[in-house]
Amino acid sequence: MKIVVCIKQVPATNDAKIDPKTKRIVRKGIKAILNPFDTYAVEEGVQLRDKFRGEVIALSMGPQKAEESLREAISVGVDRAILLSDRAFGGSDTWATSYALAKAIEKIGDVDLVICGKQAIDGDTAQVGPGIAAHLDWLQATYVMAVEEISSSSIRVKRMHEDGYDICEMSLPAVITVVKDINIPRVPSLKGRLASRKCEIPVWKPDDIGADTSKIGLDGSPTRVVKIQPPPPRHTSTKKIEGSSTECAQSLLRELRLRSII
Amino acid sequence: MIAFTDAERKKYRNIWVVAEILFGEIQPVTYELTGAARTLADLRKSEVWVVVMGSGIEGKPESLFAYGADVAILVDNPGLSGFVDETETKIMKRLIVKYKPEVVICGATTRGRALIPRVAVMTHCGLTADCTGLSIDPKNGDLLQTRPAFGGNIMATIRCSNHRPQMATVRPRVMKSPEPDPGRTGKIIKEEMLTSDTEKIKQIIDVFHSTETAYNLADAQIIISGGRGMKGPEGFKLLKQFAEGVGGAAVGASRAAVDSGWIPYAHQVGQTGQTVQTKVYIACGISGQIQHLVGMQSCDLIIAIDKNPDTPMMQIADIAVVGDLFEIIPEIVKGIPNL
Ligand SMILES: Cc1cc2nc3c(=O)[nH]c(=O)nc-3n(C[C@H](O)[C@H](O)[C@H](O)COP(=O)(O)OP(=O)(O)OC[C@H]3O[C@@H](n4cnc5c(N)ncnc54)[C@H](O)[C@@H]3O)c2cc1C
Ligand SMILES: Nc1ncnc2c1ncn2[C@@H]1O[C@H](COP(=O)(O)O)[C@@H](O)[C@H]1O
Repeated sequence: MKIVVCIKQVPATNDAKIDPKTKRIVRKGIKAILNPFDTYAVEEGVQLRDKFRGEVIALSMGPQKAEESLREAISVGVDRAILLSDRAFGGSDTWATSYALAKAIEKIGDVDLVICGKQAIDGDTAQVGPGIAAHLDWLQATYVMAVEEISSSSIRVKRMHEDGYDICEMSLPAVITVVKDINIPRVPSLKGRLASRKCEIPVWKPDDIGADTSKIGLDGSPTRVVKIQPPPPRHTSTKKIEGSSTECAQSLLRELRLRSII
Repeated sequence: MIAFTDAERKKYRNIWVVAEILFGEIQPVTYELTGAARTLADLRKSEVWVVVMGSGIEGKPESLFAYGADVAILVDNPGLSGFVDETETKIMKRLIVKYKPEVVICGATTRGRALIPRVAVMTHCGLTADCTGLSIDPKNGDLLQTRPAFGGNIMATIRCSNHRPQMATVRPRVMKSPEPDPGRTGKIIKEEMLTSDTEKIKQIIDVFHSTETAYNLADAQIIISGGRGMKGPEGFKLLKQFAEGVGGAAVGASRAAVDSGWIPYAHQVGQTGQTVQTKVYIACGISGQIQHLVGMQSCDLIIAIDKNPDTPMMQIADIAVVGDLFEIIPEIVKGIPNL
């Protein structure tokens, strides 16, 4: 079984800033982490590889620095990693990102399963996983909370919905996106840490994956950010309630009743 | 579809909504989006169309007219009883090619977020996720889509001028459901599901209702949320009583409480949990780290109960109650029936 996990390095949100001119994320000097949802994708890939043998490959698109996240994936058991990095990829929206990742997956070849995180915490779109599936014209299952069964030709998963869950079975190759319930990510072993330091991570350019340059980067992105603003400010006056517990409870009850909440 | 010129763009008309169907029923988010679509269509002097796909749903789409729909496209087929992303994508693509809508709006639900990105790629359209504001240029039909990014730290306005239709998702309860006008009528167009729509698809083995695995905070009016200050699962029992007391409020949690195993992940609010925009959010023993705040800071009324008055949550709250929640909450619960 050949598995690809797509992982993204994201800024730790509280530091995130936007360049007012380019409307792009300022990445310089900002703490970057592996997207928390992707740690579950990596763990699931490693577990499935352990069960079925074969290979699990981590794939990321981003600046050179994103290789840190790929090394993190290696340290917890991923076999090898590939970074898509080039000026021409810069400014890609989810359409263009999923196109580039899909092209890289085709280039890797003979892939049975692609695992993505549910969403990335910077953009929060959850669009790249289904986007990859669409570009490849593969089947997809999103919000996967358990892989119930898997064979060389099919996979059965439990998908989360607002009202519960469903169980569905689909043939491989396929793309799944996973939620937190699916597993508990392991911590890196000593051997893994060593491997992550030593491994070579190839960097692929648009040419390497045969990407149509009109479909990547800013030019290949249908969406355009035209304005960036701070969110509308929240009022600042806080009404403080203090006193004995009974007094606090009484005052709060009065507030709730005034607003017809109870 | 790429549409670089005015002439190409002019071929696209009307504002579409993709209906959310759960267990054979149209979900509230569909009415909310129909109302939002109405406002846009009025500015463009065009129509609101709602696509309703499901099984055994004859007679359901009629309810949409009162909320502003002019046309409902009904695709009713037993093959659509479960959610098969691939089939619904193929149908949507066919309908888009046939009728050429200018805008397609879909609920940012688990299904919507699976379906519409697939449709967007297959039709070569831009898609903006989780919009909180939509406005349209009455002259050229460009949709201005406002959405929070970076966990709500910034608001971005996104445009998609060279592609039609322009696609957006909107979370439940972000748009207000309009007052229904029972006198309004509309037209139903029936469309078939083709056998080619079901080629290469998945099998839905079974569908389950469960509040254990999926807890829909987005649908609640009031959320009572607990953090590490609740000390353990017993604390959450107290919150459940509190929630029942105020009339079916939902129970939320911080990541610290979820990670401690006091309550399932489905209840988590915040960056790696759900984003909520309820009328009331009552934070009990939650300090309000940024990752939590970004998931709830746009609730209308925020109430915090914490013994420490200096936490970030107590600073942003509209009402900050200082004290021991294990004493205060039982008093509140006791007080509710007497009001
Ligand atoms: C990448 C990333 C993603 C994250 N995503 C999320 C997320 O989605 N959601 C989320 O919530 N967090 C998230 N976090 C974690 C977040 O940073 C905080 O660690 C977490 O929210 C803290 O939870 P808390 O407020 O319940 O706990 P604490 O910070 O420990 O606060 C507990 C509060 O309870 C009060 N208290 C204690 N006892 C009592 C008492 N008897 N009476 C009254 N008050 C009392 C204390 O004064 C304190 O203010 C994320 C972190 C990272 C790094
Ligand atoms: N640049 C990227 N490189 C690799 N994987 C990505 C990238 N962007 C998104 N993904 C994957 O797609 C998922 C959803 O991302 P998003 O659509 O941005 O919320 C993430 O959890 C990753 O698995």
